[in-house]
This record gives sequence, structure tokens and C-alpha cells, in this order.
Amino acid sequence: MAETTFSIWRGDSGGGELQDFTTEVTEGMVVLDAVHQIQAESANDLAVRWNCKAGKCGSCSAEVNGNPRLMCMTRLSDLDLDEPVTIEPMKAFPVMRDLVTDVSWNYKVKKKIKKFKPRAPDSDDGTWRMVQDDIDRVQEFRKCIECYLCQDVCHVLREHHLHEEFAGPRFMVYSAALEMHPLDTEDRLADLKDDGGIGYCNITKCCTKVCPEGITITDNAIIPLKERVVDEHYDPLRKLFKIFRK
Amino acid sequence: MADRRTHEFDVLVIGAGGAGLRAAIEASSAGVKVGVVCKSLLGKAHTVMAEGGIAAAMANVDERDGWKVHFADTMRGGQYLSNPRMAELHAREAPDRVNELEAWGAVFDRTKDGRILQRNFGGHKYPRLAHVGDRTGLEMIRTLQDHSIHAGIDFLMEVTIIELLKDGDRVIGAFGYERELGRFHIIRCKAVILATGGIGRGFKITSNSWEYTGDGHALAFEAGAELIDMEFVQFHPTGMVWPPSVRGILVTEGVRGEGGVLRNSEGKRFMFDDIPDLYKDQTADNEEEGWRYTQGDRNARRPPELLTRDHVARCIVREIKEGRGSPHGGVFLDIAWIKERLPKGAEHIRRKLPSMYHQFKELAGIDITEEAMEVGPTTHYVMGGIRVDAESQMSTVPGLYAAGECAAGLHGANRLGGNSLSDLLVFGKRAGQHAARHAQEQGNGRIDGGDVQRASSRALAPFERDADGEGPFQIQYALQEMMQDLVGIVRNEDEMQRAAKGIAELRQRAEKVAVVGNREYNPGWHAALDLPNLFTVVEAITLSGIERKESRGAHFREDYPEKSDEFAKVNTTLRRAADGSIEVRREPVPALSEEQRQIIEEMK
Ligand SMILES: Cc1cc2nc3c(=O)[nH]c(=O)nc-3n(C[C@H](O)[C@H](O)[C@H](O)COP(=O)(O)OP(=O)(O)OC[C@H]3O[C@@H](n4cnc5c(N)ncnc54)[C@H](O)[C@@H]3O)c2cc1C
Ligand code: SF4
Ligand code: SF4
Ligand code: FES
Repeated sequence: MAETTFSIWRGDSGGGELQDFTTEVTEGMVVLDAVHQIQAESANDLAVRWNCKAGKCGSCSAEVNGNPRLMCMTRLSDLDLDEPVTIEPMKAFPVMRDLVTDVSWNYKVKKKIKKFKPRAPDSDDGTWRMVQDDIDRVQEFRKCIECYLCQDVCHVLREHHLHEEFAGPRFMVYSAALEMHPLDTEDRLADLKDDGGIGYCNITKCCTKVCPEGITITDNAIIPLKERVVDEHYDPLRKLFKIFRK
Repeated sequence: MADRRTHEFDVLVIGAGGAGLRAAIEASSAGVKVGVVCKSLLGKAHTVMAEGGIAAAMANVDERDGWKVHFADTMRGGQYLSNPRMAELHAREAPDRVNELEAWGAVFDRTKDGRILQRNFGGHKYPRLAHVGDRTGLEMIRTLQDHSIHAGIDFLMEVTIIELLKDGDRVIGAFGYERELGRFHIIRCKAVILATGGIGRGFKITSNSWEYTGDGHALAFEAGAELIDMEFVQFHPTGMVWPPSVRGILVTEGVRGEGGVLRNSEGKRFMFDDIPDLYKDQTADNEEEGWRYTQGDRNARRPPELLTRDHVARCIVREIKEGRGSPHGGVFLDIAWIKERLPKGAEHIRRKLPSMYHQFKELAGIDITEEAMEVGPTTHYVMGGIRVDAESQMSTVPGLYAAGECAAGLHGANRLGGNSLSDLLVFGKRAGQHAARHAQEQGNGRIDGGDVQRASSRALAPFERDADGEGPFQIQYALQEMMQDLVGIVRNEDEMQRAAKGIAELRQRAEKVAVVGNREYNPGWHAALDLPNLFTVVEAITLSGIERKESRGAHFREDYPEKSDEFAKVNTTLRRAADGSIEVRREPVPALSEEQRQIIEEMK
């Protein structure tokens, strides 16, 4: 292959712009390789976050030609290299520098969600029994690598900036994993409705489309949670029943 | 000062992988104030990449398993250089540590009767690895992370420690910088736990991320602690070899555990050609028996593809050197063939090895249910590290603890797959517990302002140098290339001596490294600050390699191709001497207890 131009956003919280760099592209390279090559050759201080380079840690999220992607899993051969390849930071979060964004909000949101609370062990040796069929769904959710690409595309966060009101798809998946965990006894439905703002999601499914782990966020996590919230909080009979049970 | 932040904890944990998080949870539960610092964001540490599983003799799949078998397997795998007390504690405590993860929300794959499923792995006599598909590390780190955020622990993310602070003999603090703003952080504490992981970035072809610059090894060493077994670097037999940009990325041993086989360009399963005596009785001598083993036949012996990593890696190197390699300089790893044996073979592969399927599909354009993979050895793990007490994980420096990959003793000359994740849990917990106790017993130390001043001027020096100087990345690449060539899988005296000289020369060049830009999120600056650590570890590896004039486990010397009695019972031990040089000596391996000796004898 040949010399290719990359337009990389450079700047910080005060603003910035796209800057062009050219570098030699060879077989099998991914976007992150190109960024690293540019960093080593001509911009030692080009900021980029990464760890595993194998799609496992969820650190290298960015927008490649406008699409939210893991840079380490985006092959250059899948892009049109006749045009400059643009690489920009995620837009739903504040920029720290260049391609690096401040994702600390996600950590705060997670901390507010009630933690796992198992039922008493099933066996005298302190262990539990669960069959594979009952955990397939939870295992799907637990594949999440916390890349926050789903948060990045969700219009509630990206365009409407409702970070205070809405936890975002990642934390719907997280809550679903807890709520559907066969051993869990905690109830997070009221929180999901109030703090989590699950009602803000209008099921556009943009999050599902970008998830690099292929988690069916909307259909498998959000919609069932919405149903549970409705059952629990808007179903008068059930509410009554709950009061009597207490 | 505006560019400084100060913190005060009882116990400071450096590293947020499995070992660091487990240690922090334990220390915090003892009621002391715990802080954790990590170079990356929480949940991104190397542990997240682990694939195959956690070794623990829970005997859920084969009731013949138990701690004694696990102990004997670990000692054999380590070629009897492991600290036997550590190997025993590890084998005894691992099952509880895995069950504890379940109590904290982990969701492992299940057996038919609803218990935690265990899989086969190299060097383990019975199916022993608790796992979640091939993303066990993710499950482990997420479980620990989600548990620890509710445990009252303070996290300082994207903060890198570059120096430990001492008061007399004791470690009483640490000095670091944060990536975001480049500010310095000064942390006062009563005990430090190092849980910084490995050193893979010392070599060119590696499965390890940028974080693996041996920081913990170097921090401890410069603070006066001893390192042992540094000659033992594990080259995992199966890394990706093509395309070039993904060279080194790991292909889990789980592929072979599920029935994958290694073949050369002639289509031959070359692993049958060379089965070491130590393992003859336990290894299948025909393909049929090997296959039955991977499918759970309890009377079958394991296929030679599941011999220890050091051996498999060398056999692969031999095939390549002798011209029977694959087109891109590896050999073939074939899992697609199991479709001949299993009705829904392709689906089985995708379910059991989802991330391998994904990884090859996305990065190499290969469908592993249809085609063989090309694989070759990759730098993976360091058995060597900080010398610690088996019970408490304290180093030879008071107040300084170490756990996980940066500590040494459990794995000896070669680590068995799956024994690292269990190591993190068992010894992470122990380190946390003992460091907390130490902190409760100690008063505060005094941080010397002069030390802090020196540390900060050293850190800022690369900015002050002539901007025409060499960049840090060039030096790092040169060092990696040299180590790969001269101190790699097959070693000899002459090459290691050349490496020792080369390191000294590169170190001089590194002293002139200049960085551009400013202190905010500046990778060039960070790479420059990582360099001294890398130099310390590669020097330690090289000197230890020169000292051990034999071949054992992961350390293979073509000039001394056999094992030697002289080295059979010693750990190569290094310490920084008063004159600044590295002192190398041989320390006897801690003796076996009578019970341990009997177990090993029985399981031979
Ligand atoms: C691809 C791959 C697959 C693997 N598969 C398996 C497997 O299946 N089973 C198994 O048992 N083992 C496996 N291993 C090995 C195992 O994953 C590692 O040995 C283990 O995770 C190391 O854990 P740790 O807690 O010691 O360190 P890590 O998880 O690496 O964490 C190190 C932490 O220290 C921090 N740190 C480092 N330096 C500094 C510093 N200077 N200042 C502040 N923080 C610092 C880092 O930011 C990080 O948080 C695998 C390894 C790889 C690379
Ligand atoms: S489906 Fe809901 S959570 Fe997902 S992107 Fe659309 S609005 Fe956001
Ligand atoms: S759900 Fe998918 S897109 Fe969202 S953070 Fe997790 S892995 Fe990323
Ligand atoms: S670097 Fe880990 S997902 Fe890209």
C-alpha cells in the first residue's frame, strides 16, 4: 500500500482542529497502528488512550470518519484511503486532549447503582447452583468492555446532554446484568426509573448498532427493563400486593 | 503548589489489575484507609485480557483433583524452582478465592449440575480452569472492580508512580504524575503494595500492552528490594504472526484445550516428535488418545500440544528454523478440523472461543472455523520478580509488599496457564491482609522534601534537554529489538554479553532523550519516564540469564542445552549494590517439607 493522509483532531478543552498527517500504510494495519506510527514519527505528544490492542479493554474508542469505533479493531483496508481518514474524539464526553476524552462521568454513574446482592448459598459449602441456560443472557451483558461507544451515540447524551438525568445504554446493560442475575436479590427498578431515567430512552437502537461486543442492548436489556419498571410501578394491582406483602 | 497534589492513606496499592484490586478489597475490609493508583482507567489493566481461565482444584469436573495434585503440577511445571510454601498456599486457597468471585457477582460457565465448569490447560493433570468462554480476565476484573467501588477505596486513575519514598529502611510513600494534567502526586502511607504486572514491553514481539514496562520490578529494586528468577520470561507458544501489525497478540491456549492441533507446513503434528521424559507418562502418544482427552475422556492422556509452554514454544521455533514453518514465519494451529469429529463443530468453536473467532475474523480476515491460524511464540509473562515472603508477600524492604505478576516465587522456571489469575487472587488477598496489619502497627513516616525535589527534577529533565535530541520511542524500539534478538527464546553467552553492552549504550543515549509539547497527556513524556524502568528489568533479565548456565523451563541456552545439578536448587537473586552496580548471587530454593516431598513423590 502507500502513503495515506489522516486528519486527526488535535486540541484540548479550550478547542482544537483537524490536523493532517501522512504516513505509510502497510498490510493489515488498523487505525490505532496509524495513530501510533504518526505519534512515533512526527507527533510524540499526540494523545491517545489504548491498552490491549485486541478489542478487549475498551480504551481506544474514537470516531473514525464519523463512526464510533474501537481504533484497534478498525482495519484500514475497510476504509476508503483515497480520501483522508478523519479521527476525532468521542463527542458525548468532554475532551481532555486530542483523542482522549474525560469519561469519569461513567464511573460516577456506575457507583450509584446498587451492588450485587446474592441469595443465601444453595449448598453447605457456600456455593450456588445455576444452569447454563439461565445465565446465557447475563453472560451476554457481561461481555461489555466499557468502551462507552453506546453512550457516545445515544442522542439523549450526545445531543441533549442529559447526563444528570439518564444513565445511558451502558448502565442499562449493567443494571440488566444485575437484575437478571439468577442469584441477585436486590431491587433496582425504582432507581432505574428515577435516577437512571430509563424513560428517556426512545428505543432508537443506535447503541446496539455500535456495540463492538455485539450486545443486543435495546432488545435484550432496555426493553425488558422498561417492562419490569412498568409492571412494578404502574401496575396498581401489583403495587397493592406489594404493600400487603410488606 | 499548583502542580502538586498530596494524599494520605494507610495502604497504597499500586496497580488495579486482579492482584491490586483483590489486595485493596482485603486491606479495606480490615478497616484501614486504602488508595489505589493505576496508569490506565479502572477496569483496563492487563488482567482484562486474560482469556483461558483461573486454575483452582475445585474438582467440579473431575473429582480426582485436589490441592495436592495442583501443588504437584505447579512444582513440576516450575521445574522445582518454585517456593514450595507459595505453591502449597496457592493450591489450597485458590478454590475459595474463585467461589468468592461468584459471591461477588461473577458468572462462570456451568457444569451440567450447575456448578462452575472447569477446562483443560497445559500442565494441569485434570480439567481445572474456571472460565467464562475465552474472556475470563474480563469477568474477573469487572467483578473485582464492581465490588471494590463500593468498598470505600479511593482510586487515582491515570496516575503513574515513578518513585517510592522511604524513611530510613521503611517505604512510606510514593511519588507520581497524572496523565491528564501532568501534575505530580505525593502520597504518604504506611505500607505499599506493588501490583504492577509484567515486563513484556522489553521485547519486540509481545502480547503485553504499553503498561508492561516493569515499573513495579524497577521501583522495588531501586528501593532496595531483591529480584529473583528474572531469567525466566515466558514466551507463549501461540501469538498471532500475521498481519504484521497484530504480531504478538495472544491466541489462547484454550484453543488447544478445546482440541486445536499444531501442524507444520508438511501437515505433520510435530509435537508428537519430542515429548520430554518428565511428561512421558502423562502424554498421549497417538492422535486418537489426545482427542479423547480434550473431549473429557478421563482415561486418556493429554495431547502433546498441551505440554508446558516453554517446550511447545521451542518446538515451534525448531520447525520454523528447519524450514517447515507457515508462509509468514509461524506454524499452523488448526481448530477447524474438529468439525470432522463434532456434529456442530463450527458452532461449538464460536461458542467456546468467541473472542478468538472475533479476533481472527476482524484482524486477519480469517474464519477459524474454516481455516487454520498461523501462530508463533510471543513474549507473554515474567516468572521472575520481587522476592517476597510466602505468607505475607512482604519484600525484603519493610512496608513494601508485592503481589501478582510483579512478585515471584510461585511459578519457578515456568508458569502453568491459569496459574496467574489464581495467583492474583490468593496472594493479592494475602498482601492486602498483611499490609493492612503492618499499617495498623506502624506510625506515619516522614517524607523527605529533598527526595521529592529530586524526583520531580528527574521527571522534568526530558523537557529541559535540547529538542534536537533523540525521541523516547526510537530508544524503546531499539531496546525491544535487541532483547528480542539477543535474549529471546534461545540464548547463549555471547549474545547475552552483547545485550549487556547494548543496554549500557542505549541507557546513555536515553539520558539525552528530549520530549516536545507540554505536560498534559503527553505520551512522549510518559515513554521517556518508562525508559529507566525498562532498562532496569532488561538488565536484570540479561544478567540472570548469563548467571544460569543451564537450560531449564523458560530459560533455554544453546551453549548449555541440558539441566545442571548445580542450578537445580537455586534462585538467581539480584540486588542493587552500594556502588550502584547489580549484585548477582544464587540463593537456595526454600526446602520442601516432608509432606510436600511425599506429595511430589506420589504424583511423579
Ligand atoms: C493476552 C493475555 C492472556 C492471558 N491469559 C491468562 C489466562 O487465561 N490465565 C491466567 O492465569 N493468566 C493469563 N494471563 C496472564 C495474566 O493475565 C497476568 O499475568 C495478570 O493479569 C497480571 O495481573 P496483575 O494484577 O499482576 O497486573 P495487571 O492486571 O497487569 O495490572 C497492573 C496494574 O498496575 C498498574 N501499574 C503498572 N505500573 C504502574 C505505575 N508505575 N504506577 C501506577 N500504576 C501502575 C497498571 O496500570 C495496572 O492497573 C494472560 C496474559 C495476557 C497478556
Ligand atoms: S436505544 Fe435508547 S439508549 Fe440506545 S441509543 Fe437509542 S435512546 Fe439511547
Ligand atoms: S454495551 Fe457495548 S458499546 Fe456499550 S460500553 Fe459495553 S461494549 Fe461498549
Ligand atoms: S486498545 Fe483495548 S479495545 Fe482497543
